Amino acid sequence: MPLDTANNGTPLVEMRNMRKSFGGIHAVDDVTLDLYPGEVVGVLGHNGAGKSVLMKMLSGAYKRDGGQIFVNGQEAHINSPRDARNYNIETIYQTLALADNLDAASNLFLGREIVTSTGLVNDAMMEAETRKIMGRLNPNFQRFHTPVAGLSGGQRQSVAISRAVYFNAKILIMDEPTAALGVEETAMVSKLIEELKDQGLGIFLIDHDIHAVKQLCDRASVMKNGKLVGTVRVNEVSEDDILGMIILGKNPESGVE
Amino acid sequence: MSDSTAQRDLPTHTRRNILDTMEVDTRLLGMIGAFVIICIVFDVWTGGRFLTPRNIFNLTIQTVSVAIMATGMVFVIVTRHIDLSVGAVLATCSAIMAMMQTLVLPQWFGLELGSSVIAPVTIIVGLIVGVAIGCFHGWLIGYLTIPAFIVTLGGLFVWRNVAWHLSRGQTVGPLDANFVTLGGIEGTMGATGSWILGLLASAVTLFLFFKARSNKKAHGFPLKPIWAETVIVAIAVGAILGFVWILNSYEIPIGRLRRVFEERGEAMPEGYSAVYGVPYSVLLLILVAVVMTVVAQRTRLGRYIFATGGNPEATELAGINTRLLTVKVFAIVGFLCGLSAVVASARLNFHSNDIGTLDELRVIAAAVIGGTALSGGIGTIYGAILGALIMQSLQSGMAMVGVEAPYQNIVVGIVLVFAVYVDILYRKRTGD
Repeated sequence: MPLDTANNGTPLVEMRNMRKSFGGIHAVDDVTLDLYPGEVVGVLGHNGAGKSVLMKMLSGAYKRDGGQIFVNGQEAHINSPRDARNYNIETIYQTLALADNLDAASNLFLGREIVTSTGLVNDAMMEAETRKIMGRLNPNFQRFHTPVAGLSGGQRQSVAISRAVYFNAKILIMDEPTAALGVEETAMVSKLIEELKDQGLGIFLIDHDIHAVKQLCDRASVMKNGKLVGTVRVNEVSEDDILGMIILGKNPESGVE
Repeated sequence: MSDSTAQRDLPTHTRRNILDTMEVDTRLLGMIGAFVIICIVFDVWTGGRFLTPRNIFNLTIQTVSVAIMATGMVFVIVTRHIDLSVGAVLATCSAIMAMMQTLVLPQWFGLELGSSVIAPVTIIVGLIVGVAIGCFHGWLIGYLTIPAFIVTLGGLFVWRNVAWHLSRGQTVGPLDANFVTLGGIEGTMGATGSWILGLLASAVTLFLFFKARSNKKAHGFPLKPIWAETVIVAIAVGAILGFVWILNSYEIPIGRLRRVFEERGEAMPEGYSAVYGVPYSVLLLILVAVVMTVVAQRTRLGRYIFATGGNPEATELAGINTRLLTVKVFAIVGFLCGLSAVVASARLNFHSNDIGTLDELRVIAAAVIGGTALSGGIGTIYGAILGALIMQSLQSGMAMVGVEAPYQNIVVGIVLVFAVYVDILYRKRTGD
């Protein structure tokens, strides 16, 4: 699939000159990144390279120190997770960000509960909606009344994913979505990523598995020590090229934007 | 922990036994069981004096003040905080309300003593003070991120002594006659009123069960069998009407009745009798319990409170302002402290300098005995009220059989630790 979206149309998301420091350490230093509809961009780098911090600025979890975010060409003002959600930016965090003591439906709708005309939460309606989306994503999921603490890793993952999918995300950030999963569940996530891509979503995928990146991503942006090393078109470079970027911070001869 | 492959062979739900079919909360059942055992033991021990309408009446009015605050403490502990200041805040509210009705309104504003305006104005002022103190605590904890333990420990010193300062350490009273009706024995609903209340409550219970069932049906969720539903409704309605019947069996002593008639300048008819029925303070507790349960289970606020207890970071990432949530939680506790201050001072008919002393510990103990986990995220309103009732029954039961005060407190302390241990065992076994 020789995708060449990179040079035509308006990007779905553009982050320009993003900066964030924590007490003198430049976690993210002047990073510029973009994402087109129907595209998966891998965000790679060592632990502490600044990938998660960059993505958290997009999802509103961290306030940026500098830089601009554009969504569909318009400057977006994202200062809180709620702002990001209003731009249809959804995040699947590495930690899954689930309240362990609540059931699947309560987690799925956390912060966006369906309420009745009297303003009370409509649990029955939320459970029905959760059953619907789970029927699509993970038909084996049956435990709608247990706190999510009692679910398996894969089941918890499907709750976190369904949360992002249910609310019609246009931009999806996935922070190591398969880190804690078994073979079967990893395949499920891969299939889902392909599916969402076909629907025209843009996906940022943070991952350590070069192999998965090669398989799932259209482009990959590599970070090192808070700075962007470069962005490459994945099918034009080898796994070793990408590894070189991650480890040495050295761009390959070709395939770089 | 079944994984997705194992799940496939399972039917949607298997009913293991009767309790499972009826979908009753076994924890609630356990607590009720413990309460019943305590009652029976003391009843036998005291030769049948414990389970008399009179003692049950007293037990309920003694429980109200702590129980009201305990419902708020549930929210605080669920959000992984603690409030050590509730007794002291109660004292400050009580002192201010006592001054309002004995000094400020009659003397500064020139209202006539006994004016019907005094009680409502006083109560509103007391509740505002409670909410204001609660908001202030919540702001210190939520926005300035000072640990709740420290803020409310400081609050314990401050408000206990603000109360002392305001009343100059004196007992302030007697309180307004209308105000005192919220204390317990001075204000009860009588036989007819109590029965109407009982029937209304039963009707509401029936309605809620029907509504829940039809709601489930509409969405095609699994329903429990009709017989199970009927049994539970029957037990609930039976408990409500039984409670009313017991309180309606407590007759007002003849001497007291005669005095009431004499005050009105009438002669008491021969053979006249009347009963106390449900005290207004207990009605107040029931209202608080209903409202707090609705807040906990059916509002966004409640959902966020429990979500914060389960995972504060996740709640924040879901776009919820957890700082403001902290302020709201402590404001609720402040409000309830004000309400408890009304009940506690009205029951005594005066404000005393030591009012509410050690209540913070009783309130925390009630919440914890009622199954609220200090690690956050878990707790129920009915549990806290039952916890308060269990503590009060233990204490007054021991007093009745003549156990001396220090031994009473030793037993209560041991029961607290033991109850939490049982709860831990229960959670391990059921896995939630």
